[in-house]
Amino acid sequence: MGDSREAKRVRNRLALPYAGAELPMNLDLSRRDILKIAGYGSLAAFIAACGGGGTSNNTGITATGGSMSLGSYNTDPNSKKGTDAIVSAFTAANGGTKVKVNTVDHGTFQNQISSYLQGTPEDAFTWFSGHRMRFFADKGLATPIDDVWDAVKSNYTEGFAASIKGNDGKAYAVPTDYYPWAVFYRKDVWSQHGYQVPTTWDALKALAAQMKKDGLIPIAFADKDGWPAQGTFDIINLRLNGYDFHTELLTGKQKWTDARVTAVYKKWSEITQYYSPAFAGLTWEQGADQLLRKQAGMYLLGLFVSDEFKASGSQADLDQLDFFPFPDLGTQYDAEKALDAPIDVFMLTSKSPTLKNDLGQAKAFLEFMAKGSTQVLYWQNAPGSIPTANDADTSTYPALTKKAVQIVSSAKRITQYFDRDSRPDFSGPNGMQGFLLKFLANPKQDTTSLQGQMQSYWDSLPPE
Amino acid sequence: MANTTTSLAPARATKEPEAGALVARGRKRRYTLLTRQDKILIALMVGVPLALDLILIWGPTLASVVLSFTNWQGIGAVTGKNFVGFKNYQFLFTGYTLFWPAFTHNLIWLAWLTFVATPLGMFFAVLLDRDMRGTRIYQSVFFLPVVLSLVVVGFIWELQYAPTDGFINNAFGLVKSGRLIDWLGNPHINLFAILVAASWRHVGYIMILYLAGLKSVDPSLREAARVDGATEVQTFFRVVLPVMAPINVIIVVVTAIEALRAFDIAFIINQGKNGLELLSILITNNSISEASLVGFGSAIAVILLLISLVPIVAFLSRVMRTLA
Repeated sequence: MGDSREAKRVRNRLALPYAGAELPMNLDLSRRDILKIAGYGSLAAFIAACGGGGTSNNTGITATGGSMSLGSYNTDPNSKKGTDAIVSAFTAANGGTKVKVNTVDHGTFQNQISSYLQGTPEDAFTWFSGHRMRFFADKGLATPIDDVWDAVKSNYTEGFAASIKGNDGKAYAVPTDYYPWAVFYRKDVWSQHGYQVPTTWDALKALAAQMKKDGLIPIAFADKDGWPAQGTFDIINLRLNGYDFHTELLTGKQKWTDARVTAVYKKWSEITQYYSPAFAGLTWEQGADQLLRKQAGMYLLGLFVSDEFKASGSQADLDQLDFFPFPDLGTQYDAEKALDAPIDVFMLTSKSPTLKNDLGQAKAFLEFMAKGSTQVLYWQNAPGSIPTANDADTSTYPALTKKAVQIVSSAKRITQYFDRDSRPDFSGPNGMQGFLLKFLANPKQDTTSLQGQMQSYWDSLPPE
Repeated sequence: MANTTTSLAPARATKEPEAGALVARGRKRRYTLLTRQDKILIALMVGVPLALDLILIWGPTLASVVLSFTNWQGIGAVTGKNFVGFKNYQFLFTGYTLFWPAFTHNLIWLAWLTFVATPLGMFFAVLLDRDMRGTRIYQSVFFLPVVLSLVVVGFIWELQYAPTDGFINNAFGLVKSGRLIDWLGNPHINLFAILVAASWRHVGYIMILYLAGLKSVDPSLREAARVDGATEVQTFFRVVLPVMAPINVIIVVVTAIEALRAFDIAFIINQGKNGLELLSILITNNSISEASLVGFGSAIAVILLLISLVPIVAFLSRVMRTLA
């Protein structure tokens, strides 16, 4: 790539062999297998992430100068700034390659992804790993990038390597950042009231009850957009019924009418009384605001909640933000320490009219995205997105990010989040988003009929 | 609506060349009144709008009907394997828990517009028609929301209704007292909350339409009514309203169409879930979203088409009758 000094430095380091740590299976991986591997791999993977490793060298598949285009869903001010920073750094490093960025509202981008990829998309685009990546790879709407991946894979751990493989075993994406879901709180509020981090379900409930007495909203909850509630479903199901059952349930191999699912709703209903009032009308940002303004005691959300703290403009507030992993529920699955840690990726489209011309530049861009230095550039703007590359400079990480890396690396199973692990039609607004809101409107209800509706909706969906 | 305009225009257009041909050649040849040029012209004038109508309106309509019998997901070609018979319809009516709520919400929407918003707009128009002071200012104020798109209206009202930082809950001190009203998230009230928002715009629209009609009513009619001793109310219902018949039809049709195409505000608020389900939103969420259940979405679209045919046919038959 453009910078020759970089290339030299890299070649010295390339002696580090990587091949030994390949995946046991190459082809015919089922979705579940891949999810499993992603889970197994994570432990070693993320610990290794701290150690650093080799980066890519120039493989001749890339081109400098010229132009390319990028479809981006990074519309939040911080993540947009991060994307802009990356793009200008790439242009500078790649012989002045002009990058035309088409930024589309995050939700709109997702909703229209199918027609976008089939129409005249940009060369590269921002997307998610997991089932949502494999779906479009299967449909031939993404270009496999095995050559790029071969060049950069030494900069990634196995967990990430598994997360970007399509069902055909080919590489389709470059992972650029990830973030864990956990329970966030303000250190100053907690020390003021003398709260302790709860490690069991009963401790969590006792703490919530105490917070209520102290005049706080115990658990900030905001579900107008439908998807935030899925995070709570994920974690309770993972703790109660385990990783295997959870992934099987989300991919239709288990029934929603199962008694184990009933147990999840029953457990969940024990804490809903501590939620924010009028949560069905609040956005996640408004929920984050309750935490920021010291009105709420806890908030189960992704690390991206810190973006909202950063957006407030007060470093002091950001410094007060801390989190703990969701408490144990007293089952055998507590030991899995499972959690949602979605991975964001960059991919290449297949129908872009300019891709033929720009393929070299687009691949160079993906290679560039695989560098730690690039990802750190983004992370500096959007602190809720942790770099995925081994050679990312972790020395500047604040305690919050370090802790996030640690909590993910100590998890034995990692999921990608409900709407990335299941089919989009099932998890969408007229699917599970709506069903969970129905449940939350009356959590003490007998959920039998609701579960029946979930199952019959799943059964109605056409084969993928 | 679109159909009537496209088919009416050529019908009128054909008469003119016909008349011209009569004068020029009528006596020489009894059977062909038209020159070749005329025929080409007519063929073009009828053919082009007809072709556009077929391609842009009936083509997609038929495609939707065909797709409604498939499980196509919007990727690749539709093949024989995709056809699933009446499965989509069967699930729609028996298993899909959102269909009847959405259908009901559309009906509530229609009833609200018909009995609340539209009469209110007409009432404003009648008031403003009397030369009261500042009538232009009132007109502008009520008409202002009409120039905004419903998406913008949705944003504006979302800010009013937001539970914690919204205007309404704060203005009434509900945030301070901790008794939040969840205008947007409570499935029992959020539909009416957005109906208020929709009316905010609809009232102004109806008002301006009706006001234009009222201005065209011959003042001598009212004068005659007054001379005959009719009260204001009698004058309006017995004299003005019957004279306004054409405008009334338009207003009824506009109201029905607004109710059937209700979409934007609910979609902006929460993508049409949790009490805000509407038929149009179910179509969008199923067929245009990341999910791309195009077949199932088409089945809902066909149902909405059938429902829409009722007011359209009623309107057309009325228009045809008056033309004939």
